[in-house]
Amino acid sequence: MITILQQHSAALLVALPLLFAFLTPLTAKLNAKLSKLVIFIGLALITLTAAIVSFDVFSTGTKLYVMGAELPSVAKPASLTIPVRIIFEIDAFSAFMILIAALIAVVACVYSLRFIKESTSKYYSVFFLMLAGMFGLLSTGDLFNLFVFIEVLSLASAGLIAFRHNEVESVEAAYKYLIISSLASLMILFAIGILYGQYGLLNIAALAKALRFSFVDVVALALLVSALAMKAGSVPMHFWVPDAYSRAPAAITALLVVASQACLYALFRISFTLFGAFPLIQLIAWAIIILGLLSMFVGVTMALPQKDIKRLMAYHAISQTGYMLLGVGLGLLANNSAMAPFGLKAMEGGIFHIMNHAMYKSLLFLTAGAIIYATGKRNLDELSGLAKKMPFTTIFFIIGAAAIAGLPPTNGFASKLLIYESAYMFNPLFSIIAMIVSVLTLVSFVKVFCAAFLGPELKELADVKEVPKSMLLAMLLLAFFVLLFGLFPSFVVKTIVEPAANALLNQAAYIGAVL
Amino acid sequence: MIENIHFIAVALLIALGIYTLIFKRNLIKIAMGISILASGINLFLISLGYRAQGIAPIFTNAAIAASEVQAKMVLPAPQALTLTSIVISLAVTALMLSFAIIIYQKTGSLDATKSRRLKG
Repeated sequence: MITILQQHSAALLVALPLLFAFLTPLTAKLNAKLSKLVIFIGLALITLTAAIVSFDVFSTGTKLYVMGAELPSVAKPASLTIPVRIIFEIDAFSAFMILIAALIAVVACVYSLRFIKESTSKYYSVFFLMLAGMFGLLSTGDLFNLFVFIEVLSLASAGLIAFRHNEVESVEAAYKYLIISSLASLMILFAIGILYGQYGLLNIAALAKALRFSFVDVVALALLVSALAMKAGSVPMHFWVPDAYSRAPAAITALLVVASQACLYALFRISFTLFGAFPLIQLIAWAIIILGLLSMFVGVTMALPQKDIKRLMAYHAISQTGYMLLGVGLGLLANNSAMAPFGLKAMEGGIFHIMNHAMYKSLLFLTAGAIIYATGKRNLDELSGLAKKMPFTTIFFIIGAAAIAGLPPTNGFASKLLIYESAYMFNPLFSIIAMIVSVLTLVSFVKVFCAAFLGPELKELADVKEVPKSMLLAMLLLAFFVLLFGLFPSFVVKTIVEPAANALLNQAAYIGAVL
Repeated sequence: MIENIHFIAVALLIALGIYTLIFKRNLIKIAMGISILASGINLFLISLGYRAQGIAPIFTNAAIAASEVQAKMVLPAPQALTLTSIVISLAVTALMLSFAIIIYQKTGSLDATKSRRLKG
């Protein structure tokens, strides 16, 4: 059983969520209890598979899975010069992202147990579909599959954003999200068409080797980068983020954060692996850095005047995406130059920040969800004095807020410090902007803390109670990781972040695994 | 000119789709814009795979000699891509239209400028 699971784990990572997406509503027709059990088994199996895949990759290196081949690990028959089958290629960076996605999926599922009361089978069915899209996007080694999984991911996300369809705002947010994401994926498809028309290849590794960087290739690169930056919620096209994040159920918002990061993963995969040898890659690096700085600054300034608690946090999510773009963009800029050691540090910071952001941002969204669950209100003006009523939520909120503002001893501090230090070596201005944004973030969260948790107790909120235990458990799990990674950052950086950064930089290894 | 007519059609469809997305405010028209854009890109993919006098890539009882296979047989990948993309755009259109129906039921309007309660 375990050996089969190990051998086919890469395929199962996508197949299992699809299977359970189908089984959940089917069993719900028969028996509600049975359906709950199926959901648990499904989640446990998916998490186990994700853990096996990541463990395999971190211990033995890049993992290949070739669909339909006699031996799944052999990329192509000896008689062919190019790979023709669908290939999943999981390197350390993909494994790193898969770990994050699996962790947040577990947390979101535990949180949803009591949080989602009606039409649970539909909810979990689409939830599994979203996981299938996410894991597929993170593990595929084929450009067309990348498009398909992005579409699966965005359709499932849109469905879940509109889950509360009796509130018309949710449906509008989902509609907006769907327009942006289908426009982005059509741009990606067009770029894939351009590349396929010239080289007749779809495999990322084979294509990376064959690219000649003609003018139309550059057009394809520009289309891919702008479409993926759009989907990741970077600044010029960020307006779907506050709507979608604030209107989706809180557990789904946590998953949406990871979904945006999966698109960020695709952006980095394209710019590092597919176009890594492009002579003018510096231009792309600068584009990513400038997008990052803009996202940081615009996100946080838009967050300051917000009254809606989840909307405020959504703007901070845009701002934090900027840190990841800045860190990894600097890494791309410095690749193969004298600044490479600092570039690597910056990239480690950016990649570590992806993981940390997924944790503390999810934690913050879950606390916001808890506040809305308990009080039914989302406007900061109508909230007050919740610290006594909801002591645990308050503690989790403080941990999350400290992490997002980059205060020690939380994980946000660890990754931001890496970014500050290395960005300073490129241009002190980068570090200064990053620090100012952090201070503004702190200001904004102090405001939320004072407005919602401190202050006099309101009469309307007299019968507010702490949220159910399963929701607290989910938040506890995230808060634990936030503090753990803040206390032992160097261990985490050594074991998983550094391999991920190196995998991204080492284009030759990615190509060599297939060809 | 005439042999490139499908690429001209691709450019027209994409331009029309983007025009619709930017300038139309009706939710159903926006869904149509996405749909037109998708058709343009599907046509682009299928045009890439076209080969004059090509034959289907079926090796069993093929009417041509083995040496001609490389020159005559059409690569099936673009067709497969287009089929997948058609299925996906069908799903997108269905989902967008169902959202439009719900918005219309709740607000009595399909005008995107009126129904934007989500701002700032």
